[in-house]
Amino acid sequence: MSATLEKGVRVLKEVIDAPIASYFNSCVHCGLCAEACLFYTETGDPKYTPIHKLEPLRRIYEQEYTVLGRLKKMIGLSKPVTDAELDEWQELVYNSCTLCARCSSVCPVGNDIVYMVRKFREGMSASGHAPEGIKGAVNRTVTIGSPMGVKLPAVQAQMKHVEEDYGLPIPLDAEGAEYMVLLSSMEIINFPEYLGAIAKIMQQAGKSWTLCSTAFEATNAGMQIGNSDLARVIVSRIVEGAEKLKVKTVISPECGHAYTALRWEGANLVGRPFSFEVKHILEVLGEFQQQGLLKTEGFETDKLTFHDPCQLARRGGVIKQQRSLMNQVAKNFVEMPDAGYMNWCCGGGGGASAIEEGEPLRLEAFKRKKAQLDSVRPDRLVTACANCRIVLEEGLEHYQMDIPVIGLTEMIAEHIPKKGG
Amino acid sequence: MNDLQFLTWVRGTGLNIAVSIFLLGVFWRLFEIYSLGHKKDLSAPRHASGASGLHTVFRRSLPPPGMLKRSPVSYIGGYIFHIGLFIVVFGFAPHILLIKSLTGLSWPALPSQFVNLAAIVTMAAMVVVLFDRINKPVKRFLSTFEDWFTWAVTFLPVLTGWMAFEHMLLPYTTMLALHILSVQLLLVVLPFTKLFHVFTLFGSRWYNGRVNGHKGVPV
Ligand code: SF4
Ligand code: SF4
Repeated sequence: MSATLEKGVRVLKEVIDAPIASYFNSCVHCGLCAEACLFYTETGDPKYTPIHKLEPLRRIYEQEYTVLGRLKKMIGLSKPVTDAELDEWQELVYNSCTLCARCSSVCPVGNDIVYMVRKFREGMSASGHAPEGIKGAVNRTVTIGSPMGVKLPAVQAQMKHVEEDYGLPIPLDAEGAEYMVLLSSMEIINFPEYLGAIAKIMQQAGKSWTLCSTAFEATNAGMQIGNSDLARVIVSRIVEGAEKLKVKTVISPECGHAYTALRWEGANLVGRPFSFEVKHILEVLGEFQQQGLLKTEGFETDKLTFHDPCQLARRGGVIKQQRSLMNQVAKNFVEMPDAGYMNWCCGGGGGASAIEEGEPLRLEAFKRKKAQLDSVRPDRLVTACANCRIVLEEGLEHYQMDIPVIGLTEMIAEHIPKKGG
Repeated sequence: MNDLQFLTWVRGTGLNIAVSIFLLGVFWRLFEIYSLGHKKDLSAPRHASGASGLHTVFRRSLPPPGMLKRSPVSYIGGYIFHIGLFIVVFGFAPHILLIKSLTGLSWPALPSQFVNLAAIVTMAAMVVVLFDRINKPVKRFLSTFEDWFTWAVTFLPVLTGWMAFEHMLLPYTTMLALHILSVQLLLVVLPFTKLFHVFTLFGSRWYNGRVNGHKGVPV
């Protein structure tokens, strides 16, 4: 057994807990989880059945934690997990799983399959079987500070542009601000309007906010690849930044996995509860809306629909806010079938969009989104995740569908009247 | 050994052995699984109505939105044979007498003709889900020896019980002995196969519901 495989197997043994044991023992091989997974529904290939993606983990569980399994192992009746096998499984655990959790929402015996995939990735990454694309993103986040290699000067340049364009200050390292705002690289490079939108929204609400020079990046490729040690390093920057600036709330940007990494995994990664709150920008907007701090004028009149990012809705519990925000600024908002809790993934979450060789499969899986869109035929598609946005744009282009994709926060900000104007 | 001796043995020693293995097996397996424990979640919880372990234990008995249409045979066949098995096992007067003799607990029985009908419907549903397993690529792909074996081990007691009731094929005493023997096989096998889901499914649903309930998501 190679040293890396040994390490991987050790990590897998460590991640197995009572829930995982219970899940493996409950599975009745009904295959219903496949019907919920877009990689199966769009390809028809049974190997994409969610529970099958965990087969090596199941065997390790059986061989290490059950009496019968140990007995079988002792007399040489069980098949050990090998490097070649894990290599084969890379495609199943990364390329064809976006951690969307639809499988966990349907399994009749209650198996939380995505919980197991997340844990399985720990062993895959420890044994060196993670895809190159995500490995690169993790390395850049750890060494440079962001998965796309964005450094502070790039952020500062962006800040300057936005200050000029919007005539509003973008505070940096303002101690004692109520909100600390995080960005995703994607937003810094591709969607700078997000920062302008925040400035407008905060000014209207009369709230103090700040960016942090040591923690501006929210995305956490360490979590996506399944390496808790690296995920911890990345999260710790934000925790230290927020504590240094003594902010009350850290705002996770329009990025689904950044939200999961910080809101739900963060405290567990650093090993203690946070002294600040973590909210997704849509939760903050929802609060402002309820408190009457979000005043908009005018409406979008074309037909709009909303794509729920998995990590925000099904895995994050933010489902109502986006709908009432949409209705505040849109006259013709229509829902796609399965919208909200059961929405279908864009096909590129969980780090999948960083895997180049996974693109053909991703585009195949996009047929599900296409079908959803075809049934409502919107003029534009609104979402709240920069990664979904990129993946959706790629898919739409591939299928030659002329539907622009926009971020909800920006759309809201466009309807905020200019101060004094 | 003649028929009567065989019946006496399965009812006595045989039953004792099977029930002992079953009970020890169940306790051991439950311990083996749930003593692994899990880490406490340190993230700040968000509360939402309907989101908890207990909610999910019940809610997951119903098909989630869109699923019934995608896999009608799994759901309808599944409901029928599970409910059918429940009726046959716990509604038939002689079964209740046996349970009473073992535990002291008893309840009113259902009319035996009704239980008989339930047994027929259960067997029909089980045959349908078996064909579905052979027919559907995903189910066939997932199936191992254990899936076929556990199907047979579950089917046999219903079949032999029904045949004994109808006095079919073999003399009543022999068929009854075979019926009891098949139940013993089921009892012995249950803790060590996927049939153990009858116990762990509550834990699994509860964990899933609790982890997601912590996030305010009613799963
Ligand atoms: S839906 Fe659940 S029980 Fe059915 S095959 Fe998938 S994991 Fe197993
Ligand atoms: S989390 Fe989503 S993509 Fe991954 S196996 Fe489950 S349904 Fe498929």
